[in-house]
Amino acid sequence: MSKSYLEAGETHCAIGHPKTVFWQWMLTVDHKRIGLMYAAVILTFFAVGVLVALTIRIELFAPGAQILDGDTYNQAFTLHGVIMIFLFIIPGVPAVFGNIVMPLMIGAKDVSFPRLNWFTFWLYIFGALVALTSLWTGGGFADTGWTFYAPYSLNTNTNVITTLVAAFILGMASILTGLNFLVTIHRLRAPGMDFFKMPLFVWGIYATAWIQLLATPVVGITLILALLEKVFGIGIFDPSKGGDPVLFEHLFWIYSHPAVYLMILPAFGIMSEIIPVFSRREVFGYRTIALSSASIAGIGYLVWGHHLFTSGMSDLAKTIFSFLTFFVAIPTGIKFYDWVATMYKGKIILSTPMLWALGTMITFVIGGLTGVTIAMIGADIHLQDTYYTVAHFHYAMLGGVVFLLFAGLHYWFPLMFGKMYNETHAKIAFYLNFVGFNILWFPMFIAGYQGMPRRYFDYLPEFQIYHQISFFGALIFIAGLIYMFTVLIKGIKNGTPSGSNPWHATTLEWHLPSSPPPLENHTKVPYVDFRPYEYHHGEPVVKFDYKTMQRID
Amino acid sequence: MSHEYVPEIAIDRDGKKHEVQGWQGDFYGGKLGFWLFMLTEVMMFGAMFLTLTYYYSLHHQDFIDASSHLNRLLGGTNTVVLLFSALTMGLGLLKMRTGDIKGAKLMIWATILLAIVFLGIKAVEWREEYTHGIFLGLDALQSGNEHSRPFGQILFYGMYFTMTGLHGFHIIIGIGLMLWLLKRINAGQVSTEHHILHFNIALYWDLVHLIWVFVFPYYYMIGAGNVH
Repeated sequence: MSKSYLEAGETHCAIGHPKTVFWQWMLTVDHKRIGLMYAAVILTFFAVGVLVALTIRIELFAPGAQILDGDTYNQAFTLHGVIMIFLFIIPGVPAVFGNIVMPLMIGAKDVSFPRLNWFTFWLYIFGALVALTSLWTGGGFADTGWTFYAPYSLNTNTNVITTLVAAFILGMASILTGLNFLVTIHRLRAPGMDFFKMPLFVWGIYATAWIQLLATPVVGITLILALLEKVFGIGIFDPSKGGDPVLFEHLFWIYSHPAVYLMILPAFGIMSEIIPVFSRREVFGYRTIALSSASIAGIGYLVWGHHLFTSGMSDLAKTIFSFLTFFVAIPTGIKFYDWVATMYKGKIILSTPMLWALGTMITFVIGGLTGVTIAMIGADIHLQDTYYTVAHFHYAMLGGVVFLLFAGLHYWFPLMFGKMYNETHAKIAFYLNFVGFNILWFPMFIAGYQGMPRRYFDYLPEFQIYHQISFFGALIFIAGLIYMFTVLIKGIKNGTPSGSNPWHATTLEWHLPSSPPPLENHTKVPYVDFRPYEYHHGEPVVKFDYKTMQRID
Repeated sequence: MSHEYVPEIAIDRDGKKHEVQGWQGDFYGGKLGFWLFMLTEVMMFGAMFLTLTYYYSLHHQDFIDASSHLNRLLGGTNTVVLLFSALTMGLGLLKMRTGDIKGAKLMIWATILLAIVFLGIKAVEWREEYTHGIFLGLDALQSGNEHSRPFGQILFYGMYFTMTGLHGFHIIIGIGLMLWLLKRINAGQVSTEHHILHFNIALYWDLVHLIWVFVFPYYYMIGAGNVH
């Protein structure tokens, strides 16, 4: 009876009952299929973003112009930022794994509003298309950087308007995703599963959804105001009419700083799933990890001012923002200690997902702690807008969020496709990526500390060595990425069948009747009277009869 | 998917039965989702009120001067119209709950009518301002020419047209939603037992009038005591 959700005809559609496989995918409301489509689109944009970044790296191989002129260079880093932020990393983990895994983890048949989920996906695609059209229409792609700072964004002749519209539409999609997940988590948990019996990934998605819901409208209206400013000249951000450009920065970062926690919290959720499973131990400090997600989301709202230390702000405000920023390090530190404590005396299995998670522990700690240094006002005056900040951001985002996204891709790969990739090759790919990543980004800390400014097309000769080391790191990193995706795609095509619980994991998404899962998930909804990560002597405690979904341990 | 939904039963280890909440026919889920959506609207208008308050603190007198030129009679009338429309909307929902479908439809039509009156008055008001040379894009709201208003007034009117414009846009959306609701009621898809759509649109309309209740004093009343 259990046909896989990937088979033709095994889906519910938003409109009618299409016969062709193509339309069954286009109109599907099944959360797993929608998540897979998100994954395909998002990873494609990631590839494009990487290629643009490589172009930038080639340009910076030596001082002076190599392959781009200065204006095109400005458009290139804007394109890189817009693609990576709005099209890749903000939807990122929630859109892919929030969709595929979260409903399975709480024992739901689908999200609360499956049709809205379908609509949201196409809204995202529409926003992406609008963003792409701005490449070829008007005065060319925006050259403002992805932050669209006023007043330059108001005066430039490039096509900022279309990019702003696209960012607004993508923001709407993000809000609706968050709304859908919030209601799903509140309403559709299996009977018996209270909030403190939810897997930690669900906690990460929950905290994220609140940020999506409460912060995104602020940037939405800010972009609308900038748009009205460009079209009608309402004056809000235009100093020649009494408007205040710094106000734009405030409103922009009120969203965009919480947005980085929106990116990292679900990624931390993936970490909290992987560490206990591959240590075969119950997670240490379940409640503290769950609540630290919530408190990072809360504190994250109050720290946006640290982006404006050099933009003009009162000393009192700077001091307050600086201290509040330090506080973010506390719940984050709690998570890290919990993860390390989970591994202590555990039966650690170094499979690929675990390798990615452990690699992230190194890269994210570097990214996080360098963030604390630039939260200090004095140090920040020196380091703001240098490569130091660029390296910090990429260590935290690429070395944190994206590495964990890859960890999740490997971890839930057998769940999504019912097959296993080649473990040896996947491990080699990880090491290539990890080494390449560090060679690529670490020299930038030094270059930035010595004064190399970000977003510059040209530089002084003494910085050349750092740019060249970075370039070679970039080549290794890209080779690693190609290797990794080749291994995964080969795994989809002709991997060995994995069975429904290859990792000996405990959470509900691994207790499905077939692999890959059937259309409406679990055969019956289980009653949840257990904690999410119960291990005894390295073996999962809870066992189910998959026909009745009753416990048999 | 249209067939009757029967909730599943989960059985725990003691053999006790627990009803499973599905996404189908989840009235409270629909309600919660829409409340959350309303929260995003509050955040959006909240950011604009924040901007307004900030500039008010910088250009106190300019704001009061600009405000005193707005037409308080028309603005006040519109406030009353909108409050009445909230009443008719609420009565419609009560009638829907008690099973009086015909009365509910009548009340929705009344709400639509009041919404159109609101938009009409708004149009008269904007037109009047336009003939006085105050409108987005006109010289008075640009800097550096002979008609230019002071900075604070440019900002006040800029925000005034932005916020009342966005509010008006919400009214138009609301009319569309109510027409859709009427169509669904006629098709029998919204009924006393299944009225989440009616409930949520009434909630939306309440928010739209609530925002106006804040917009009105912020723009029209701060200059009311200004004698000129």
